[in-house]
Amino acid sequence: MPVNRPLAAKKTHIDRIIDEDYGLTRLIYAYAACASYWLVFGSILGEYLGIRFAFPDFGVHPWLSFGRLRPAHTNVVFWGWASLGMIALALYVVPRTSQRKLYNERLAWVSLGMINISVFAGVVLLMNGVSNGGQEYREFIWPVMGLFVVALLLLTYTLFQTVAKRIIPEIYISNWYIMAAFLWTIVLAVTAYLPWYQYGLSETVIQGYYMHMGVGMWFTPMVLGLTYYFLPKLLNKPIYSYSLGVLAFWTQMVFYSLIGAHHFVFSPIPWWLQTVAIIFSVGMFIPLVAGTGNFLLTMRGSEGTIARSYSLPFIFVGVIFYFLASGQGTFEAFRSLNRIWHFTNFTIAHSHMTMYGFVSFLIWGGTYGLLPRLTGREPRHVLVGVHFWFALVGILIYGFSLMIGGTEQGENWISGAPFIDSVKVLSSYWLWRAIGGSLMLLSHLIFAYNVHAMGPQAAAKVAA
Amino acid sequence: MNLNFHENHRLLYGTVFFGFVVLTVIIAIGPALWVQDHNRPLQRSRPLTEQEQRGLDIYVSEGCLYCHSQQVRPLDVDSPFGRPSAPGDYARLKPQDLWRMTPGLLGTERTGPDLSDVAARQSSATWNYIHLFEPRAVVKDSVMQAYAWMFEIKASPGPDDIVVPVPPDYAPPGGHVVATQKAKDLIAYLLSLKQVPIPGSTTETAQPRGGGAGTTSEMGARIYASRCAGCHGQYGGGTPGVFPPLKGDPVVTAPDPSRHIATVLFGLRGKTINGVSYAVAMPAHKSLLSDAEIAAVINHERTSWGNNAPAVTSEDVEKIRKEGKEGSD
Repeated sequence: MPVNRPLAAKKTHIDRIIDEDYGLTRLIYAYAACASYWLVFGSILGEYLGIRFAFPDFGVHPWLSFGRLRPAHTNVVFWGWASLGMIALALYVVPRTSQRKLYNERLAWVSLGMINISVFAGVVLLMNGVSNGGQEYREFIWPVMGLFVVALLLLTYTLFQTVAKRIIPEIYISNWYIMAAFLWTIVLAVTAYLPWYQYGLSETVIQGYYMHMGVGMWFTPMVLGLTYYFLPKLLNKPIYSYSLGVLAFWTQMVFYSLIGAHHFVFSPIPWWLQTVAIIFSVGMFIPLVAGTGNFLLTMRGSEGTIARSYSLPFIFVGVIFYFLASGQGTFEAFRSLNRIWHFTNFTIAHSHMTMYGFVSFLIWGGTYGLLPRLTGREPRHVLVGVHFWFALVGILIYGFSLMIGGTEQGENWISGAPFIDSVKVLSSYWLWRAIGGSLMLLSHLIFAYNVHAMGPQAAAKVAA
Repeated sequence: MNLNFHENHRLLYGTVFFGFVVLTVIIAIGPALWVQDHNRPLQRSRPLTEQEQRGLDIYVSEGCLYCHSQQVRPLDVDSPFGRPSAPGDYARLKPQDLWRMTPGLLGTERTGPDLSDVAARQSSATWNYIHLFEPRAVVKDSVMQAYAWMFEIKASPGPDDIVVPVPPDYAPPGGHVVATQKAKDLIAYLLSLKQVPIPGSTTETAQPRGGGAGTTSEMGARIYASRCAGCHGQYGGGTPGVFPPLKGDPVVTAPDPSRHIATVLFGLRGKTINGVSYAVAMPAHKSLLSDAEIAAVINHERTSWGNNAPAVTSEDVEKIRKEGKEGSD
């Protein structure tokens, strides 16, 4: 159908994979659909919380209180949206690159149920004022997080067996990252929840380790591993350098593990621990440059393919945000800059640049690249475009308003002005944040609709 | 045996798993155990009472820690919040119960002020109750959540009820605002947040606590903002019917400053000013601020918002401090 497209390049259609396994397709779609529901729910919470800064008296029921819903927002987008969204793609990539069927589909269905129950129960408990009492991402009480970890164990077992029974001798680089993410996250969660070494300030030592690596040893390696599959696949060419991927992998594991304490610079935790964290934060440039460079060099020369694809632009943006946001994290660790930015809204900008600009964009790219191939159902290209631009413009407004606002907030404190001045300074930036956040929320509604449009059931109906 | 990571999945994933376990012990569990074994509660600190402990539980479950840190860094910018935090400040914290872990109070964001030493800055329970019920009744530009659901509205409060004197603009129609047990527990916890001196530290008395750098008039304005404005208003207007205005107040504008100085030093309660009787006590500042700081903040009050009274010196403050409370009247 000829359409007048004044604003965008015409996008290429995606062909269905002929020999795909319908059972696996249903499983992957179920994960992706649940992820998209959690994304919509989590961002409604986020939008509500953002509006609260402009209208603090809006919603006085205890269930709607800011302090209860903030952890609900962060945990839903962490464990509900991004985790399920990544696992959906991993359930395809690991069997595909091992040239084996998924070892046990039923276990993966059980895991999906357990993760949904865990996130749902965690949110209901938080809204009722039952919080574990930790700081970020450790608010689910241990029985709830325990269920999540058991689900991860089942998935790890299934995926490990799939790799173990692979036909080709080589373990593809994606499976290094993806399997490592599962193994690391299990260690991480168990370490974070055992109580014996967490009395007094020791809780904070573990919190630095945990909140940092919850992002950097779960989401980061997983989406990087997925990108090592989807980017060359969608571009139809090999990755620029396999060795760079291996170098980035080992340096990520060693350097990233050591830098959690940089979330508590100038705190009373041991000074040497903070210094080690700051030094290795600089070391993070090695995996960062190796990873980003590898992806960008793979893309070089394929600009036309990227422009004609509706999934690759998401991956491109995700890679750029990976570089910007991780680099930003290193700078925030320096004592001179930490002095200005710590405790300010700059931190909130940073966490959204990473979890949204980087992690979420890569998940979207993979989802749009994979689902139509599995089901033969494409989303309407224009709606994918609207999703892309709303999300991108939204995160840019969100990120820049809080980076600038956070810097002004920090400068305001240093100037010695009365504390309430720093609240007033932020009010216009909070308004911009809510505007950016609204665009992001709209884009998620469209994404959820697009996922629905790519669903296998819809395909079955059309066939019938 | 194939020692190639690319082909031996057991070797690859074994290295990845056990390598990370070793790193975890080195960077997290080891240091955590060390910190735990090397820190005791500070000598002059005390455990929380049962009520304060219940208040801490509410503090955690309501997520107060997302906006309020309890971590004073050894930086000038943090000096209004107290002395730098020490590991001993947290040494009494332990897992709350079988289900919930040790509360993580240090915080990562400071949308509201740090609370490590908040009871020293704002010791008035009444102010805290009003602020909890509706923050904007006492801090106009606050964006804090209103915890109205921690209060009941009663037409005729009983003799044991804590009736909160909410200013008329914010008072709900049809009765008095009465604190529930939750509000009482939470405020009890907040009022327990007072830093104790670190043994052998010189920062206890030598450093000006509220001031920091700058000229005397800047210091006065800064102390006023952090310690006085909560009740008396950023522009000296007070909180109607609850905390008296300082703008145009007869004591603040009197040529003889001795009563003004005595009020700041020793506090005051049950005073009637311009026909309005104020039931809430004003806290004493004699152990919180130095003579120079008190002189600076008094001068700020005597020369701001249209007030125009003669200035005082730190010697004037020192004299009245020595005379004591009785001598001042």
